[in-house]
Amino acid sequence: MATTSVPPAPPKKVNRIGLDITPYKGNKSTLCAGCGHNAISERIIEACFELGIEPHRVAKLSGIGCSSKSPAYFLGAAYGLNAVHGRMPSVATGAMLANRHLIAVGVSGDGDTASIGIGQFIHLMRRNLPIIYIIEDNGCYGLTKGQFSATADIGSKLKTGVVNELPPIDTCALAILLGATYVARSFSGDKKQLLALLKGALAHNGTSMLDVISPCVTFNDHEGSTKSYSYVKDHDAPLEDINFIPFFEEITADYDPGTTTDITLHDGSHLLLKKLGTEYDPTSKTDALRLLTEAHEKGEILTGLFFVETKRHNFLDLINLVDDPLATLPQSRVRPPKSVLDEVMQELM
Amino acid sequence: MGITHVEVTETQPVPEKEKVVNDLSIQVATVNGSGSQTANTVLLRAIFQMGVPVSGKNLFPSNIAGLPTWFTIRASKHGYIARRKEIDFLVAMNPETAEEDVQGLRPGSAVVYDERLNLKRLRNDVVFYPVPFDQLVAPVCPDAKLRRLVRNMIYDGVLARLLGIEMEEIRKALQKQFKKKLKAVDLNFNAARAGYEFAEKNLPKADRFTVEGMDATRGKILIDGNSAAALGAMFAGVTVVTWYPITPSSSLGETLTEYMKRYRVDPETGKATFAIVQAEDEIAAIGMALGAGWAGARSMTATSGPGISLMTEFVGFGYYTEIPVVIFDVQRVGPSTGLPTRTMQGDVLSLAFLSHGDTQHILLFPNSVKECFSMGIEAFDLAEEFQTPVFVMSDLDLGMNNWMADPFPYPERPIARGKVLTAEDVERLGRFERYHDVDGDGIPYRTLPGTNHPKAAYFVRGSGHDETALYTERPDDYVKNMDRLNRKFATASRRVPGPVIQQEEHPDFGIIAYGSSHWAVVESLDQLKQEYGLGASYCRLRAFPFSEQVKDFCRRQRRVYVIDQNRDGQMLSLLRLAVDADDVKKLDSVRHYSGLPIDARTITDAIAAKEVRH
Repeated sequence: MATTSVPPAPPKKVNRIGLDITPYKGNKSTLCAGCGHNAISERIIEACFELGIEPHRVAKLSGIGCSSKSPAYFLGAAYGLNAVHGRMPSVATGAMLANRHLIAVGVSGDGDTASIGIGQFIHLMRRNLPIIYIIEDNGCYGLTKGQFSATADIGSKLKTGVVNELPPIDTCALAILLGATYVARSFSGDKKQLLALLKGALAHNGTSMLDVISPCVTFNDHEGSTKSYSYVKDHDAPLEDINFIPFFEEITADYDPGTTTDITLHDGSHLLLKKLGTEYDPTSKTDALRLLTEAHEKGEILTGLFFVETKRHNFLDLINLVDDPLATLPQSRVRPPKSVLDEVMQELM
Repeated sequence: MGITHVEVTETQPVPEKEKVVNDLSIQVATVNGSGSQTANTVLLRAIFQMGVPVSGKNLFPSNIAGLPTWFTIRASKHGYIARRKEIDFLVAMNPETAEEDVQGLRPGSAVVYDERLNLKRLRNDVVFYPVPFDQLVAPVCPDAKLRRLVRNMIYDGVLARLLGIEMEEIRKALQKQFKKKLKAVDLNFNAARAGYEFAEKNLPKADRFTVEGMDATRGKILIDGNSAAALGAMFAGVTVVTWYPITPSSSLGETLTEYMKRYRVDPETGKATFAIVQAEDEIAAIGMALGAGWAGARSMTATSGPGISLMTEFVGFGYYTEIPVVIFDVQRVGPSTGLPTRTMQGDVLSLAFLSHGDTQHILLFPNSVKECFSMGIEAFDLAEEFQTPVFVMSDLDLGMNNWMADPFPYPERPIARGKVLTAEDVERLGRFERYHDVDGDGIPYRTLPGTNHPKAAYFVRGSGHDETALYTERPDDYVKNMDRLNRKFATASRRVPGPVIQQEEHPDFGIIAYGSSHWAVVESLDQLKQEYGLGASYCRLRAFPFSEQVKDFCRRQRRVYVIDQNRDGQMLSLLRLAVDADDVKKLDSVRHYSGLPIDARTITDAIAAKEVRH
């Protein structure tokens, strides 16, 4: 019998830990075509794949809203939890307390964070829990058909003609003030910047807060909106040109220390920040807050890494947790012996 | 001696046969913030050390300083430790309430009081013992700043003299209280002795009450329910504790923190085998506990009614997503201001079905400090075995007051983590479906985040998921899942602690009670028998869902009185849903809802009014 030979499929590209892209992908997105959130999911997939993050170690956490649906669309081989509205920070905190070996990737929206979830957001930032906290920020509530959220700019207009008159909450400024140790803003349409910032966040030990402006094509992409694709493109003012060099690669390119800051991250990776005109020190809170205030005054959307602090203890070290995950400590390490109960009983007699 | 005029009582010494020995209740009425807690605890402990069964109830306001507070100590040779309505011995230190407190006494009672209050004019059928507190405290406490605190020890001395409590026991109790702070022991003891000596010289005994040594407390401990629950949690192997301060549960978190720092730090590394986090509110507290439970920790929170309200959405989430967590609910009166520091069984009905949608929860009802401990352990096993939130429902009376108990037994059962699959398990099985009822008991298998197997990961979503944890809104998927959750609850009804039943051979009626009401019921059963010749069978509930035994108990009674410490008969309502249709009309109710712990007389009077034909 004659056999026809099938040409072998070209070998799939594998990453540092020998995995191809499949486990990094998620289910098919059910968000609107063109939604900025899908672009962010793609960058998360790329960042994790390229850095060789082990998918089973990732805990994807989210609240409620369009943004919070997106963890289903990336890293299908990771564990996920879609919590209740505005409360992802607490669930993430608990998960990290239980198993400090996990890599927490939290996805929230501007309503989920800056409105209903502002309390938990604030306290998460204070604790410097190791987590990547991404706000997919479109300035409105998509899932309930386009109401304003608390990050909407003054003067921004809804499709219905309603104009926002309240000042926006700047989640980056807030995060810097409160103690987050890696704070950046980006735009879902800026692939290079967002990818570098995500990789930097994955290499950082502490709370990384990324506010990613991510236009809502259905409810907030029209003339008069300050979160539309065209408005953001026109007003995006990148602070620096960012290059991420992972710990497993050498820095080969020459750079000018006068214009480029080299940040060494926790795992040995580097962020090379080449300034684009503005003088600032990314390790200075004062500089960061000044820049953000000035950009607001100028009507610019400043993007880039605003603040990074690599030395502060994260929350798990602060509370002196054992190195092993609490979740799987054996009985011998969590139930004190009978002699302890006897001692306590004796004291109570 | 020039201290003051001394009331010399005109009453003759009490004849021996009229003496009342080891059967009295003492009420100390003070202003809160005046440091009476030490004096009261020491008095309680001194009686306890003399071998006399004793109980103490702190009836305090939601305030730091200036409002009236009462502490009642009951000594009972019969071993009754419920609150007693009647007061035999009043210590009146609070000008605001002294007159009303005195007017409320029965004839023959006694009053020790600050002589400035001039109470003797109020009545002539009670015995008055005026004491010049200020004059007595000055010489024993030169530091004027401390006098306010030490002053109360004087009534301990006066009572010791009048009742026959040994001063050596007062000293021992002070040593227990202050541990190594010897100066504090001496200072307080000197004050007590000044009271004792004053009474010896100036206050001839004129009342009937005495305390005499017994041997009924040997080997027993004194502990409050919150500390007992904290110990239970520690021996359960709790690893994540997230909580927000709220009376009356705060001391649970605080005591647990102390014990964990002592006994749960790895000796080799000096690092903690636990995480305790004071959260920003109760929503965050339960969110953290659920996140930890999902990721595999034995996690808990402790709260009270208002905190429960805030946790409501998350508890429903925990039910649907099947995440283990233990919630200690130390119940109180609520919400907001008013009676937040008073006791109540106020959350029974709301907790049974807490949250929206079809939700139902496992509730445990400890009746004693011993059960606060044992259920504090068992709750963690149940939560993990059934992968669901489990509530341990004590109350302010049980949680914050000191109770006598036998030393707690060391847990014999190893920690039960339930159906958790490791990577090796998943590999061996070749598949994993998070919400598939493999065993027919409604309880699925779970993996913990971080488990390194390509088939082990899953995505947690609220109410809409299929057996593989995938998103679905299909009606048949939803119904199937809800029916399985029901099956799981039915399994739980066979596994939770069953009722404790005391069946009379020919009962006149039955009594069902739960939680801290138990002690008043036990006493009331004796009163009903002794005073009215009525015999009752008694069923003490220990958990919801109710087991078959509870329904069976109701079948066998003619009438059943359900004892509730709430106005609306919350447990009565739950039972009406559970018992046979024919038995619903048998259910009657005794309800106590004044904010004070229930007492036997209230139960006896209420039942006798219905059972005794006049």
